[in-house]
Amino acid sequence: MRMENDDLKPGKVVLELTVANHPGVMSHVCGLFARRAFNVEGILCMPTGDGDESRIWLLVLDDSRLPQMVAQLEKLEDVRSVGRHGADRPVFERLQAFFE
Amino acid sequence: MQLTGAELLVQLLEQQGITTVAGIPGGPILPFYHALAASKRIRHVLARHEQGGGFIAQGMARVSGRAAVCLASSGPGATNLLTAVADAKLDSIPLVCITAQVPSAMIGTDAFQEVDTYGISIPVTKHNWLVRDVRDLLEIIPAAFRIAESGRPGPVWVDIPKDVLTAGIEIAQLPLPSMRTPAPQVDDEQLARAAALINAARTPVLYLGGGVIAGDAAGAATAFAEQAGLPTTMTLMGLGAMPVDHPLSLGMLGMHGARYTNYALAEADLLIVLGARFDDRAIGKAAEFCPDAAVIHIDIDAAELGKIRRPDVAIQGDVATVLACLAPRVQANPRARWLERIRELKQQHPLALPGSEDVRSHYGLIRAVAGLLDEGAIIATDVGQHQMWVAQAYPFRRARQLLTSGGLGTMGFGLPAAIGAALAEPGRTVVCFSGDGSLKMNIQELDTAVEEGVNIKVVLMNNQSLGLVHQQQDLFYGQRIFAADYRRPTDFVRIAEGFGMQVFDLDAAADPRACLAQAMATRGPCLIHCSIDVNQKVFPMVPPGAANTEMIGG
Repeated sequence: MRMENDDLKPGKVVLELTVANHPGVMSHVCGLFARRAFNVEGILCMPTGDGDESRIWLLVLDDSRLPQMVAQLEKLEDVRSVGRHGADRPVFERLQAFFE
Repeated sequence: MQLTGAELLVQLLEQQGITTVAGIPGGPILPFYHALAASKRIRHVLARHEQGGGFIAQGMARVSGRAAVCLASSGPGATNLLTAVADAKLDSIPLVCITAQVPSAMIGTDAFQEVDTYGISIPVTKHNWLVRDVRDLLEIIPAAFRIAESGRPGPVWVDIPKDVLTAGIEIAQLPLPSMRTPAPQVDDEQLARAAALINAARTPVLYLGGGVIAGDAAGAATAFAEQAGLPTTMTLMGLGAMPVDHPLSLGMLGMHGARYTNYALAEADLLIVLGARFDDRAIGKAAEFCPDAAVIHIDIDAAELGKIRRPDVAIQGDVATVLACLAPRVQANPRARWLERIRELKQQHPLALPGSEDVRSHYGLIRAVAGLLDEGAIIATDVGQHQMWVAQAYPFRRARQLLTSGGLGTMGFGLPAAIGAALAEPGRTVVCFSGDGSLKMNIQELDTAVEEGVNIKVVLMNNQSLGLVHQQQDLFYGQRIFAADYRRPTDFVRIAEGFGMQVFDLDAAADPRACLAQAMATRGPCLIHCSIDVNQKVFPMVPPGAANTEMIGG
């Protein structure tokens, strides 16, 4: 996995996943991208609310295979929802200080 | 009620309706086997290799449409199961795999026979669990069956540490057994667009995949074809959905389909795809598959819609439900001109089955076996030339009649899958067509077949070779046959007899046809051995990477 410090360029997409919070969910999500040879540029995960769920933010390239990746993500039992954002959610830009 | 985790698991399986499980015990799973021994409702079939156990469960699931259970212990037990589970994933077969794990406190210490079963099972399952608390079984086991059977079916895997199996639990009553999740609502607007395309089409083709069989929609699909005058092709996994001798049947498409089938598809102006996924062996070079056809794609799995081919109309839904909604909107149409053209193509480019009168040749043996059976028989195959010859030449007439490893193409599938089928449907005759290469990959299950006394007939087409590899090297690798021929003959007759199995050797029979008939009429397991010519090919053949219209041979 490669982290990029530069600003969100056109052609990059932020995916917001709400998932069940238990050990193994990260394996499911990361494994899905890895075995379909789809690079994840950035990843961020924290529990939310009472800890029953987690939110995963993924920074990915917007190529022609992305809709298929989202469709596959939506099939994972532990993934409750998948949202897609552009530059309106500068999640990864705000983390830049940690990667300087 | 006070139970151990193992006893709870047995009760949860019982109330899910499980009556037969296949597996092999070992250290960590022994608490479960101890509890299983006391069950009056579940019969355990001892496989000889965990992969065999996995395929026995697949055989049960493929003929019943219900999730079947296989068991293995930790470490090598779990890794041996892996191929059978991956096979179930690619063919959408509902399985519940239960393995034991080293005790929770030892996980991550490289304990004896410890392997990361949870981690290695992720890519080959629909979902999986590592059970961390005995109470979690109450939720996980019903969920395992629900997920395996709902939507697009598939395998799930439950890994249970030994201490969870021995832990005590006090419960008032068992949770309810799981029900399948209802299929999604069918989109009305898409239905209307689909009906309009069908009503306007001049040369439409109906394309049936394994989803038609998994969704119990074979009868509905055939009726739909008749109503709308649709020539109908089937994938390997869809064979049996429409009787192959039906006037509208085009048989199997793709790499080893008949010439008329692939030519007819090339002339289609509309493809109506039901429960299929545009597999590369079915469609050949994707960019040149049915270039002039609009596509209506109907599948329960939303991720299949547009994965390979962008459809003009995509409908996510249960195939039977969608057909029930679609049929009233589609005009009855005899399509005389198109069907006349199909008849012409069939006449000009028929499927050649050379040697079908000779019982000791590949096609002849398949036709002779078919001639001795009715459509109640179940046909399992292994993987290779014999599998394709069976797909071409056996007259499949009903859903769930053919059990074959389509997606993963696993040699060694046939024998244990046939055992599972016979366990689930003891009243039927189960034939396993196999090759010598495939049979050797799970030959130890001959022992299981004899022990269980299942009514299976293993028809071994022996060419002392990995036939499909031999064929490819002969055709595409300058006839350099390498690592494809076995250098010395194996005495399969003695091997089978060593396992206590009855053998009918067509090579040695004065009247091979009578010998075959006697074998088919004999109840219980037997091996039917027949040597065949290593130089016979599966034709026609679409060379790898070519378009379906560029067939060679046949």
